[in-house]
Amino acid sequence: MSELLIRGGRVIDPSRGTDGVADLYIKDGRIEAVGRNIALDPGVEVVDAAGKVVAPGLIDIHVHFREPGFEHAETIATGAMSAAAGGFTAVCAMPNTDPVTDSQATVGFVLRQSIRAGKARVYPIGAVSLGQKGEQLTEFGEMVQAGAVAVSDDGKPVATSHLMRTALEYARTFNIPVADHCEDMSLATGGVMHEGLIAARLGLKGIPSAAEEIMVARDIILAELTGGHVHLCHMSTRGSVELIRWAKSKGLKVTAEATPHHFTLTHERCLGYDTNAKMNPPLREAADREAIRQGLRDGTIDCIASDHAPHHYDTKEREFDDAPNGIVGLETALGLALRELVEPGLLSLPDLIARMSTVPARIFHLPGGTLAIGAPADVVVFDATRRWAVRRDDLHSKSTNSPFLGETLVGQADLTIVGGRVVFNRSDRPVS
Amino acid sequence: MSAPELGKDLVGLEYLSAEQILLILDTAEPFKEVSERPIKKVPALRGKTIVNLFFEASTRTRISFEFAEKRLSADTVNVATSGSSVSKGETLVDTARNLEAMRIDMVVIRHPASGAADFLGQRIRSNVINAGDGRHEHPTQGLLDLLTLRDRFGRIAGLKVAICGDVLHSRVARSNIWGLLKLGAEVAICGPATLIPREFAELGVRIFPRIEEAIEWADALNVLRLQLERMSSGFIPSLREYNRVFGVTRERLAKAGREVVILHPGPMNRGVEIDSDVADGPASVILSQVTNGVAIRMAVLYLLAGGAPEWRTAPADDR
Repeated sequence: MSELLIRGGRVIDPSRGTDGVADLYIKDGRIEAVGRNIALDPGVEVVDAAGKVVAPGLIDIHVHFREPGFEHAETIATGAMSAAAGGFTAVCAMPNTDPVTDSQATVGFVLRQSIRAGKARVYPIGAVSLGQKGEQLTEFGEMVQAGAVAVSDDGKPVATSHLMRTALEYARTFNIPVADHCEDMSLATGGVMHEGLIAARLGLKGIPSAAEEIMVARDIILAELTGGHVHLCHMSTRGSVELIRWAKSKGLKVTAEATPHHFTLTHERCLGYDTNAKMNPPLREAADREAIRQGLRDGTIDCIASDHAPHHYDTKEREFDDAPNGIVGLETALGLALRELVEPGLLSLPDLIARMSTVPARIFHLPGGTLAIGAPADVVVFDATRRWAVRRDDLHSKSTNSPFLGETLVGQADLTIVGGRVVFNRSDRPVS
Repeated sequence: MSAPELGKDLVGLEYLSAEQILLILDTAEPFKEVSERPIKKVPALRGKTIVNLFFEASTRTRISFEFAEKRLSADTVNVATSGSSVSKGETLVDTARNLEAMRIDMVVIRHPASGAADFLGQRIRSNVINAGDGRHEHPTQGLLDLLTLRDRFGRIAGLKVAICGDVLHSRVARSNIWGLLKLGAEVAICGPATLIPREFAELGVRIFPRIEEAIEWADALNVLRLQLERMSSGFIPSLREYNRVFGVTRERLAKAGREVVILHPGPMNRGVEIDSDVADGPASVILSQVTNGVAIRMAVLYLLAGGAPEWRTAPADDR
């Protein structure tokens, strides 16, 4: 297998607490050595990384790749390519496909398509309930055997307290988290944006923050009851951050993620009825955005996840009430995090890499998130200061539903390596 | 100072300046007279083609627009279709583009989705006039309410107007709130807390939990229609209780000890939000609203079609 030396970059590895200029030597798909003046085999390919950051590949534990069932919006291959272009070496695919990923066969399908694509690794997340109907538990054991790394009914909440309790208890056997989309549907149904002044002005039905917080509270209480691991998806409100802080102070097994759009945008982005500002949970208020940022800073929110949600152009090109929720996020996540969190000094670069790689790997028990000797060579090389404009034609995802089109972001992945193999190299493709 | 213009579309009063609103009100004045003539027609929009695109049932707004268009000599086509564009199978933007391909000049749109008029206006070159989009705005209704208040009081600034009832689901309420605030009125909303968006307080709108307090405070009440399905969806327990607690009745008005002018955008549920002796009483301007509706819509059509403000007989600074 090929060998590769990444020379002279700032090598940051939060898993070992290291940060300094060094060479990274990759051999036989693994990290062979990190340091200066490494003895090389003759003829090793050398990549110059001077002025750039070399880090464990980014890991996104919350994406929607739409295959099977909605291949017009995204496939596992196009999603995995989009991930690689965004600097991600591994992602976890949510099960709300058609059919739902709720059996060992459907879990196996996702893995096979991932291997066939050969870009970022795609780990399947199995459904909590058959068909995500909120009734009968799926076969966690068989799905884990087939390669599932977590269970979730994402897109919807785990329907009842009883089902959530059962799932948390049963998941303990397999040491996997139950990832929940927190939304009290009796409060949220029909809502299309955050309930507040903007919704009142636009005449759109709002989703109150309480819809999320009630479910966060339920899940925390059930984590205490069961001892299971609750992972709270895409946290969006200041009340949720407070609840998680309280849960963590009690030592409960509760982890949480937040998306780049929730730490960047507010509900005012919905003015003008732009359907690329329609997502679930909705964009909230400035105070919520600030709480999410502070939660990421102090670790109350463990990690950043994109909730990459591709939708075909036609489905977003309609009345706000009728448009689907969500935006693509894999290729803008790093640039937003650097612009919104690192540039203003909220997070150091090593802390950001922890929240986008090391920590998500740890909470979902994934390989990666480290540059330790002998670890699989999942590596990203990125420019942390380059300013670049988000252009529709430059995105690799099959869909381009992003509120950030035309914006200038800071920092961009240049080289993405999975298992020692270069899966994305920005200099390979002509800039359009 | 040059005269203000309206821009391409009329989507909502939130997006207009006080000067633009006054321009429309002043332009409506001479149009009132056209409807009083034996031959109710002026040639202002001769040769212009207008489509009335109604995705939601409407009688009075559609007829009012149609009269306004005909009295301005425009050629009009009515397209009425129930349900949203999505359930119909053709998207809103395709419907509009097909109409535009027939070289129309203006679209008057009524649609159940908030934002539909804005959406359309951003995608076609024709002028778009919002005749009610979801619970967002109904700007010509807001304008005719302003004109009716100005007729009655001679001014808008400083007036105290309470909007009563189902503000949450009301596009009429939103257009009234913006129009009144921009012209310097004091605005209050009143109704069951389940139907009152508290957020409007951030705009400087007063909130009265009891109808008695609103009546005591107000110079005029704009009484909204209570959609009867609000009961089945759990916002209010019963129509009977609604009338008992929030109904605008002669007894409640009598306690004010002075005249409180009554507006209602129609159609009325007599005996629910408003009693008949109030609706038909001396303080009611409900039928003047309907008459003014035609003049306001003529003014809007005329101005958007590029009509010059010189049509006005009274300059704006007389007010």
